[in-house]
Amino acid sequence: MNLPEQSLHSSPHLPPRNSVRRMMLLVILALIPGLLAQIHFFGWGVVVNLVLAVGTAVACEALMLRLRDRAILPFLGDFSAVLTGMLLALALPTLSPWWLIVVGAAFALIVAKHLYGGLGYNPFNPAMVGYAMLLVAFPREMTAWTPIGADHLGFLDQWRYTLTGALPAGLEYDALTAATPLDTVKTSLGMDLTLPEIFAKHADLVGPLGGHGWEWVNLLFAAGGIALVFLKVISWRIPAAVILTLFLISTLFALPDPDLRPSPWFHLFTGATMLGAFFIATDPVTASTTPRGQLIYGAGIAIFIYVIRTWGGYPDAVAFAVLLMNLATPTIDYYTTPRAFGEERHGP
Amino acid sequence: MTRRLWHFHGGLRLEGHKAMSMHEPITDAPLPQRVVLPLSQHIGAPAEPEVEVGQRVLKGQRIARATEYVSAPVHATTSGTVVAVGERTVPHPSGLPAPCIVIEADGKDEWIERQPVRDYESLDPSALRNVIREAGIVGLGGAGFPSFIKLNPGPDKVVDLLILNGAECEPYITCDAMLMQEHPRRIIDGLLVMRHALQAKHCIIAIEDNKKVAHTVLVNALQEHEAEFIEVVQIPTIYPTGGEKQLIKILTGREVPSHGLPIDIGMVVHNVATAAAVNDAIHEGTPLIERIVTVTGEAVDRPRNLNVRIGTPFSTLLKSAEWREDDTDEVLMGGPMMGFAVPDLDVPVVKTTNCLLARPRNQPHRQPAMPCIRCGQCATVCPALLLPQQLYWYAHARNFDRVQDYHLFDCIECGCCAYVCPSHIPLVQFYRFAKTEIWAQERQKEKADRARRRHEWHLERLERKKREEEERRRRKKEMLRKSRAAGDRGKQAEIEAALARVKAKKAAQQAPRNTDNLTEAQKQAIAAVEARRQRLQQGDDGES
Repeated sequence: MNLPEQSLHSSPHLPPRNSVRRMMLLVILALIPGLLAQIHFFGWGVVVNLVLAVGTAVACEALMLRLRDRAILPFLGDFSAVLTGMLLALALPTLSPWWLIVVGAAFALIVAKHLYGGLGYNPFNPAMVGYAMLLVAFPREMTAWTPIGADHLGFLDQWRYTLTGALPAGLEYDALTAATPLDTVKTSLGMDLTLPEIFAKHADLVGPLGGHGWEWVNLLFAAGGIALVFLKVISWRIPAAVILTLFLISTLFALPDPDLRPSPWFHLFTGATMLGAFFIATDPVTASTTPRGQLIYGAGIAIFIYVIRTWGGYPDAVAFAVLLMNLATPTIDYYTTPRAFGEERHGP
Repeated sequence: MTRRLWHFHGGLRLEGHKAMSMHEPITDAPLPQRVVLPLSQHIGAPAEPEVEVGQRVLKGQRIARATEYVSAPVHATTSGTVVAVGERTVPHPSGLPAPCIVIEADGKDEWIERQPVRDYESLDPSALRNVIREAGIVGLGGAGFPSFIKLNPGPDKVVDLLILNGAECEPYITCDAMLMQEHPRRIIDGLLVMRHALQAKHCIIAIEDNKKVAHTVLVNALQEHEAEFIEVVQIPTIYPTGGEKQLIKILTGREVPSHGLPIDIGMVVHNVATAAAVNDAIHEGTPLIERIVTVTGEAVDRPRNLNVRIGTPFSTLLKSAEWREDDTDEVLMGGPMMGFAVPDLDVPVVKTTNCLLARPRNQPHRQPAMPCIRCGQCATVCPALLLPQQLYWYAHARNFDRVQDYHLFDCIECGCCAYVCPSHIPLVQFYRFAKTEIWAQERQKEKADRARRRHEWHLERLERKKREEEERRRRKKEMLRKSRAAGDRGKQAEIEAALARVKAKKAAQQAPRNTDNLTEAQKQAIAAVEARRQRLQQGDDGES
């Protein structure tokens, strides 16, 4: 007596309760509060970025899957390309030209992801590879942030600007852009100004915690990230290590030198810190996967963020910090293998 | 008294699905017309048949004996006639046939004469173990390791703790729960026998806290015994608490060493059903010929526990549970986490068949595997504290050295990792594959080593033969030379004597030669002629 169409497979036989798609969708959902805050403070440019980056990412994913002769629908349905596009869009300045976004997203998907073997095989975070490439290749375009709280371009004007570079009559490009708080602080410190002087000069640039507006964006990204921790989509270890280490190291330098070293709050709630800690550093494919390794990985990212922000050539540093630690991930994983059950000591 | 409990890393809280098969008491399954008894229903060497086709056998009669230490005998599970000794399909994932003895039942179900042990406490533990061995008892929790071996701690090992495993952590399975509810005395009496065999100091019966009734029943049954060294402990319902190592960790906080056995830390774990079987063997003289099987799943209308003769076909049991054959997607032997799909439903119940799980067609379908995204969810649930994602990576790459660095062989194949994997990778399958490959490689290496050694011996033998040959030849030569030398000396003397005789004779007979009596002047003339001749010859040589 045989059952027809026997599908022989190994145990366990319970239907799976999780999927890559579910995880990616939850991450995307958790991005939304911070995303809304970013739209609120920086205008429609965020939305235009999103549409272009996600569109390009999905198109490139489909193209590469086809070229690599892989099943297109299951992989498109995992939403990983959407997430990569979103993360890149959130990192790009709001007055980016369309080609910048398209080039960044295409580079992220084609080179950083698929040329390395696609989902699960890329050693570097694709969105950050795209971002770093743009930052190195097009430094001027990468500073085109709109100032917080200013009147932003309308939805259609923003589209026209991004696609053609044309501004509505009577508006100057310089009036629309402003340096980010991190950038301002860095440049001004370079001109031998002290922090109190800088903050007095640019009173609208900082809020009670970090950069004005940026602090809300950061808080809401952190809120979404904490939700992901509770949903067990990401482990608490990486964001905790990033935040704690950045806090400790910035306190360590700010305490003896408060006029020249920004406070830990400024570091935590300005720039891409929370987006990086909860959404970028936690990319499972490129992050460390052992419990102790994740702590080291997160701490390393925080150290690089601080070092590059303080002494490096770029105002923000999340992308480079993450990429540098991606590089160290295999080694970290190797040396942090946990003790197996019944073993005296850990490690292979 | 509550006992302090520890916890193990990882594990899962799974839906139990246990109530569905616990509505009815354990019932006897119908006596099959024909039983198929595999010779290998245990871990170790297959038993060796000792009956012939056509022979009449009685219920409980030994029909195959254990010829090696790690093995177990097989008994006829009903009376009848042996109709075949040969290959039949057995419950194994491969669906391949294995040697079996087939008995056509005569319906009389006639027992062989049984010999219960009257006073087991007066018996030596080794004699007790022998009775248990002869009863064919193996671990009934699913592994099927011959139980008498686990009742033999060895000469210098002290057993501090004997644990009876009533955790039954797999969903759907309730045969141990029902046994505890209905036959607590058999379990406790079996435990006492085991305790005597092991000379264990302390005993625990561990039951998951989703089996409240079983717990109460056992606690009440124990009160009659005044056995203060036995404790019934409730443990949290977390899959896989029923794993031997996990259970020990929960109860004692101690970890069985990697690659080690519980006895290494002075502990022994047996299944509750094994204890009941030991009781039957000692107190009733009954070998292991039946067991309780849970027949359950959404594709049977009357899920319940059946008391089944070993060798009964699966299909008979499914029919007694009112199976909806058309609605069945697959039938598993064992639970959903560690069981396997049975390719042929006429295979017989064996000693390790604890559950038949008939799964319906409408269940959510298995999704195609996606690449591993290294999310590490598998590592958070792994009760062996492994990194399943790394194991997978290296197993997939067939890097069998590295996969062992990551402790492949500490994997208990519980399936937690595969269950939580968002990429739906059949992880356990990869680990089984890697283990099998490594075993195969080791066997291959062993074989190669043996062949190499054999070849070396062969060369050495040739060399030795050659040396011996040479030695022999040398000695022969030596002997020959010696004998020749000895013979020569005798001969030579004779020859010399003969020559001397001839010479003397000749000398006597011969007239003086021309050159005999020459004058000095004649001699000089001859010398001069000689010298000239020589010069001439030299001159010729010079010209040529």
